[in-house]
Amino acid sequence: MSALATAPRRAGSPRGLRRGEALAGWAFTAPVLLILGVFLLVPVLMALWVSFSDWSGRGSPLSSDVGFVGLDNYAAVTTGGGLAERDFGVALRNNAWYVLLVVPLQTALSLFLAVLVNRAVLRGRGAFRTAFYFPSVTSSVAITVLWLFLFSTSGVVNTVLARLGIAGPNWFNEPSGVLHNLLGALGVRSGPQALTEHGFLGLSWWDWLAGPSVAMSAFVLMAIFTTSGTFMLLFLAGLQNLGPDVDEAAMVDGANGWQRFWRITLPQLRPTLFTVLTLGLIGSWQVFDQIYTGTQGGPGKTTLTPAYLSYQSAFLSQEWGRGAAIAFILFVIIVLLTILQRWILRERR
Amino acid sequence: MTRHISRRLAGTGAFLVAGALMLTACGGSGFEEPADDAAGGTATGLTSSDDALTVLIGSSGDAETDAVTDAVAAWSEDSGVMADVQVASDLPQQLSQGFAASTPPDLFYLAPEAVAGYADNGSLQPYGDLLANKDDFYPSLVENFTVDDTFYCAPKDFSTLALVINTQLWEDAGLTDADVPTTWDELADVAETLTTDKQVGLALSNEYQRLGVFMAEAGGGLVVDDEAVADSEGSVEGLEYVRTHLTDGTFAYAADLGAGWPGEAFGKELAAMTVEGNWITGALTNDFPDVDYQVIELPAGPAGKGTLQFTNCWGMAADSPNQEAALSLVEHLTSTEQQLAFSEAFGPMPSIQSAAGDWTSANPDLAAFLDGAEYAQFPPTWAGATDVITDLNSQLESLGTGDPREILGGAQSNLEAIAE
Repeated sequence: MSALATAPRRAGSPRGLRRGEALAGWAFTAPVLLILGVFLLVPVLMALWVSFSDWSGRGSPLSSDVGFVGLDNYAAVTTGGGLAERDFGVALRNNAWYVLLVVPLQTALSLFLAVLVNRAVLRGRGAFRTAFYFPSVTSSVAITVLWLFLFSTSGVVNTVLARLGIAGPNWFNEPSGVLHNLLGALGVRSGPQALTEHGFLGLSWWDWLAGPSVAMSAFVLMAIFTTSGTFMLLFLAGLQNLGPDVDEAAMVDGANGWQRFWRITLPQLRPTLFTVLTLGLIGSWQVFDQIYTGTQGGPGKTTLTPAYLSYQSAFLSQEWGRGAAIAFILFVIIVLLTILQRWILRERR
Repeated sequence: MTRHISRRLAGTGAFLVAGALMLTACGGSGFEEPADDAAGGTATGLTSSDDALTVLIGSSGDAETDAVTDAVAAWSEDSGVMADVQVASDLPQQLSQGFAASTPPDLFYLAPEAVAGYADNGSLQPYGDLLANKDDFYPSLVENFTVDDTFYCAPKDFSTLALVINTQLWEDAGLTDADVPTTWDELADVAETLTTDKQVGLALSNEYQRLGVFMAEAGGGLVVDDEAVADSEGSVEGLEYVRTHLTDGTFAYAADLGAGWPGEAFGKELAAMTVEGNWITGALTNDFPDVDYQVIELPAGPAGKGTLQFTNCWGMAADSPNQEAALSLVEHLTSTEQQLAFSEAFGPMPSIQSAAGDWTSANPDLAAFLDGAEYAQFPPTWAGATDVITDLNSQLESLGTGDPREILGGAQSNLEAIAE
């Protein structure tokens, strides 16, 4: 009997596992599978059904008097032409700007902090690591309340700005877009016709380009403040896994610190970078609790996000199908962006 | 490799099948049962059983919670039906969960803008016409809770908006009782007199729920007599008046004064007058006890007097197994005596006319609020109207630089889209 002769095996029998081991494996994972199934998979599937149904919020969505309405709910928020579509457009606009600012900034800041506290020469780096991580372990509700105080009209931030001779904005009550304000300062107060007359999702291109509102900018700062600690920890773990030999080889070759960081350290951190970007992307597209406790979408709907809009449509307006549809569109957006980012960060040969 | 993938697929498939089985299992048992198993029907069409009642309220604080709990306990003792008062942390959300699970509270606070939505999906039991004290409620409140000619639920109390004046600042500016404004022009004059470096004349909240009074006073509104009139001349004139005075600095939004709401701006003497409802009296007593104030009716506009009323009702669940008892509890809670007790405990005005005399003699300084009941408008109650108002409010925030006609035009087309 040669090794070749034993190669074809009974189809379906687990390779390298005896029957009993497979059974034990399933038995050990069963509790988790069951919990995930009941509390995650089943609700998700039910929500998916709700997004295709006319369920009105009374009784079970699976009862016989709930009808299938196809893509009606999806159409209402994407092509309906009414308030629902415009609200969805506004929410996407707000969140897109939020993601665009939060993800790069929090990644850069957390990497910077990780490199700082990773240096062996730094005194008391344990204390720094704890301090930077602190905002991450505080509840987002508490931080939001803190932020509302800090950024109130007569709050600490504006007091400091006033000392510097700057009249601070009325942060959480200021709906104007940051980019529009910058353009306004340059004398451009209304957009060119090409931008104002055409649009997407009930919002003109000029409005899409408004930038995050001043209120949303305060939330952007908050997200960076709270999450960079967590991601610093991930980068730190990545950095400590890197052997010193490659770095030393580069040093021998005459690379300076700046070159070593960009060409040696950062490429080796690619897996960590991918994790951080993905987590950041998902987290910032799902921003909800800050909005729920802080502004409820105001001022001027400029902090409305798809996640909050989904909640609002379902629980407050009784448009359950529409709320579920928004949630699934958001899901698709996140998946697509993650795939895109994976493609961009792929190993190039 | 292929075998590996197919095994993974098989695993996922098994998982999905298990999930689907679980779904059907759920569908078969718990979720679908209506609550009428233990409940027998009666002549009034209401259910009746021995079940205890659950009352869900959104409370403004301990005073309200205690008052309602005591009132319900007193009724329980008389009727022998157990009843439990629960305070919601997020009322709309908890109600929605109750309806979805077919285990809603029997009675609950319900806002007028939510009535149409819950009525549409059959969650609400209309019982207004069965109330013994039905004719005692103010007609405008009954109208507020009437959907498709059905009077759904009993208004539990109400508030209106009036003009609140800081008497100290008033005297400091050299104004007397004779100067109390009764028209828009007079209001503009005194607001100008009262505006100084440190304070503005009139503080407003940047929302339809306050600015709507000016639309009403000019003969407009959002929905009047079940018709969308958001872009009518009256509505435009009302907002135009506000815009003019926001621009000249005699009126200001509370947010722009650095206050959370006009009551705070008023209490901190950042403004000498404000347009607010009954709730401001409690807030001033608690937070700014040293501020002396006077409440008068809102000055009349070109089309006469106007104000807005705000109210909640005692909603009754269609799935409640003991609606007969719930009805009796509502009658107790909306009785003259009980409403006067509530009013004393936490402020709102009784929703029934027979309590007006006693209320006015107990609160002579606040009579202006009750006088408003005669001509008050109320925010639209159509299903979806909340979204329209939220959208309108988002634009009213920049009314000072906006165009009222354009803003209201948008509101009009949004209202027409949801018109029934």
